[in-house]
Amino acid sequence: MSASTLDVKVTLNGRKVAARVPADQPLYDFVRAHGCKSVKCACETTNCGLCTVWLDGRAVLSCAVPMARADGHAITTLEGLREQSADFARCMAEEGAEQCGFCSPGLIMNVLAYEREVVASGAMPSDEELDRRLSGNLCRCSGYMGQRRALKRYLAARLEAAARPDAAKEA
Amino acid sequence: MSMIVTAPGSREGLAQVGAPAVKKDAAALLEGKPVFTDDLAPADALVVKILHSPHAFAKIRSIDTSRALKVPGVVAVYTYRDVPRRRFTLAGQSYPEASPYDRLILDEVVRYVGDEVAIVAAEDADAADRALRLIRVDYELMEPVLDFTEAIDNPSVIHAEDDYHVNGAWIRNDRMRNIVSSGLSEHGDLDAAFAASDVVLERTYHTLADAQAMMETFRAFTEIDAYGRLTVTSSTQVPFHVRRMVAGALDIPQARVRVVKPRIGGGFGAKQSGCVEIFTAFVTVMTGRPSKIVYTREETLTASNSRHEMQMRVRIGARRDGTILALDLHTLSNQGAYGEHGPTTVGLSGHKSLPLYNRVLASRFSFDVVYTNTMPAGAYRGYGATQGLFAVESAVNELADELRMDPCEIRLKNLVREGEVMPQYYDNTLYSCSAATCLTRAMEMIGWEGKELRRDMGDRVRGLGVALSMQGSAIAGIDIASVDLRLEESGFYTLSIGATDMGTGCDTVLAQFAAEALGCDLDRIVVHGVDTDVSPFDTGSYASASTYLTGMAVVKAAEQLIARLRAEAARLLGADARDVSFEGDVLRAYPAGVLGDDGALPPEFSAIDDDVEAIARPYRLVRVAPEAEPVGEISLRELADRLVAGGDGDCLTAHAAASSPTSPPPFMSGIAEVDVDKATGEVTVVDYVSVVDCGTVVNANLARVQAEGGIAQGIGMALTEDVQYDGRGRMRTRSFMTYKVPTRLDIPQVRVEFAPSYEPTGPFGAKSIGEVVINTPSPAIASAVAHATGNYVRTLPITPEKALYGE
Repeated sequence: MSASTLDVKVTLNGRKVAARVPADQPLYDFVRAHGCKSVKCACETTNCGLCTVWLDGRAVLSCAVPMARADGHAITTLEGLREQSADFARCMAEEGAEQCGFCSPGLIMNVLAYEREVVASGAMPSDEELDRRLSGNLCRCSGYMGQRRALKRYLAARLEAAARPDAAKEA
Repeated sequence: MSMIVTAPGSREGLAQVGAPAVKKDAAALLEGKPVFTDDLAPADALVVKILHSPHAFAKIRSIDTSRALKVPGVVAVYTYRDVPRRRFTLAGQSYPEASPYDRLILDEVVRYVGDEVAIVAAEDADAADRALRLIRVDYELMEPVLDFTEAIDNPSVIHAEDDYHVNGAWIRNDRMRNIVSSGLSEHGDLDAAFAASDVVLERTYHTLADAQAMMETFRAFTEIDAYGRLTVTSSTQVPFHVRRMVAGALDIPQARVRVVKPRIGGGFGAKQSGCVEIFTAFVTVMTGRPSKIVYTREETLTASNSRHEMQMRVRIGARRDGTILALDLHTLSNQGAYGEHGPTTVGLSGHKSLPLYNRVLASRFSFDVVYTNTMPAGAYRGYGATQGLFAVESAVNELADELRMDPCEIRLKNLVREGEVMPQYYDNTLYSCSAATCLTRAMEMIGWEGKELRRDMGDRVRGLGVALSMQGSAIAGIDIASVDLRLEESGFYTLSIGATDMGTGCDTVLAQFAAEALGCDLDRIVVHGVDTDVSPFDTGSYASASTYLTGMAVVKAAEQLIARLRAEAARLLGADARDVSFEGDVLRAYPAGVLGDDGALPPEFSAIDDDVEAIARPYRLVRVAPEAEPVGEISLRELADRLVAGGDGDCLTAHAAASSPTSPPPFMSGIAEVDVDKATGEVTVVDYVSVVDCGTVVNANLARVQAEGGIAQGIGMALTEDVQYDGRGRMRTRSFMTYKVPTRLDIPQVRVEFAPSYEPTGPFGAKSIGEVVINTPSPAIASAVAHATGNYVRTLPITPEKALYGE
């Protein structure tokens, strides 16, 4: 509603983008307007996690990040992580855990950000830790069990690959 | 020998049915491809927004839209004066709908807080929002009916309009008394059955108007296509019904409307009713421009549809040994302001709960469905059965406690068995049922025998509770599913369906049936749905219909197609069709008589059968060639290529429809192990085990995820999903901050197994799974909490306060 605008420059999935946007535009609207339709919204109250993207590699809720804060930063959406997300996506598909798939991109973004911490720690987190870390990603279809099975299978492969760098390919 | 025939014994030999096949749309979904409604809307679509009523019951004296129209970018503002005066229903049901025609696109009377008052169309969302704030409405307030127990004969009549219309007298509508529908179903001598009982319990249970809360809110976009027709792309479970309701609401011929269903971000019944399609369709027809509407979560929670709130009085009578003799259920259902699904949901509260205890001497089920000035109820997974089973299963649990009997034992003693005729289930015969195995296996899984119902854990008390559930598989005699199955050049198949995959995976499950019948890999079956201009008619994906009914249509179409392939191969091989065998990748001709008489049978699945015995006649799929040497053969690929190469060729297509005279019930057990915190009353479901009888499991993964997902929704209903209104009829729980759906932390462990019976009328023995799985958590958890604390909570949800202090 504000008539004032803001000039922003961001890196979106590795591509430099300069745009004039409404001063109060959230990052969510910006990425969708720039073709990143994987980013979804299921609430207006920062409860659902569907709009999760990376800001400088850190998972954030794009609905809660104003463009003024994103200005100058690197933004990554699932569109920019096709290869990196393929293995976890396969684990999800093999469990049927995506179901309607509307919440999947947000979950995947959070999982791939979390994965770095897990691999750095070198140990598989407990179910409770996994649930706590991902509790901000709602899903109404799956009841979460299939997602947990997929995630554990995926992280186990990642941990194994990290422990045996030479075997990374087969994982 | 190409009849498709399966039997319980041949289930092990199936290659595709039962496999944990990956969903056909998995890659697109998991890559975040733009495949959902809002991803596909044209960039230049007008943004449509709705002004909702702030009052529960009021008449509009005047509306001033002049200031709103002056906002730059605003294209149109419509009020009740602009819309057709033709009442309709948003219920996605077969015509003539069981729901009253009590709606207009916009009405002069608003009947709940959230009811639509004006439609704004603008070039962008900002302009539309500004316009909404500038519309001035003068309301004449009326006294609302907010308590559904006071609706009947209330001085406020919610639908007094002259043009109100009911399609069928059978719903027993009495709208001047605020009654949408009422009914009665009795069997046996109830008074005598209660007189013969040693123990009689009477209890009242209450479930709320829970939100389906699918992640993708309501949304649609509309445009005029190249042929001048109105194309509606909508996130809906019922494209063919939406075609009718849009045409009806706009008062245009159905022939002018086309409905397209892309990928859907969950429905759970919410999208078995129309919602936003009529608004964007109206804007496009009036302006000629594409337009779109995306409801917010707040609008979806407060201004769409929900589960029916129900108050159920159960009287149950039993002998001291636990034999249940009499069941009496009265359901009062809160319809809210408009009548969608009212007469039908309430029916399931009795007809899909009482038959579990089918051997009672007598039972009675009576109901009233009433209008109130709250948000309209619609369809939500379970569709009344969920509510009725909370009541009946809770009553059985309370009876067991009263008799000091094991709640599993009392069920095993009274449970319905295969072969019984069910008086409260439309006198249908139960052809397949492994409910008892579902229960005994769940007992093993949780370790029932070794556990007390109540255990003190120090700062917590642990309780055990159990419940059973049943549902249906499609609406008997009403639902219709049809499919087109086509052999394509190079030898793959296209399966066109009207069933609506809303994330459930029915596209994949139906392809599995086709691949099984046609002896090919899943990749060779291309599935397409749904576009009402192209797809064969299907009533839609609701009432647990798609696997069972559309699956049956797929099997029939495959059988027809195989018969035609044999005939074409015979022509090319110079053989008699009776001597040609379809073996998946190849068709072989054998010397006369080798294939036996079966080969002469024409496809039997060509018509819609109304006779269970006819549907259930044994059938089997023969893929193994006989021992005799073939005298000729042609590969499927060559046959397919030759059939599209001119001359007398034809790209072979089979069409088949299915309807069923019966709705075979799936069954499910659930056992909850809960911890109640002694200090805070917080209830945690530490373990939930469940065993499901959905007949043949068609896709091991998808069936399991359906069950796990349904149980999680049921846990939400039992514990946290608390719909609250303020004193003026405004919903308080209008976001995910206040309407709490379960997160991962609320579902620590759910374990699901299957005990497949074999349904003779279903495709390869399958029944349904989508809905039955939501029904056990509420009664099982309520009983577990009662065992832990001594407080039986009969009004959901079971909040910490109620768990600790009782109601």
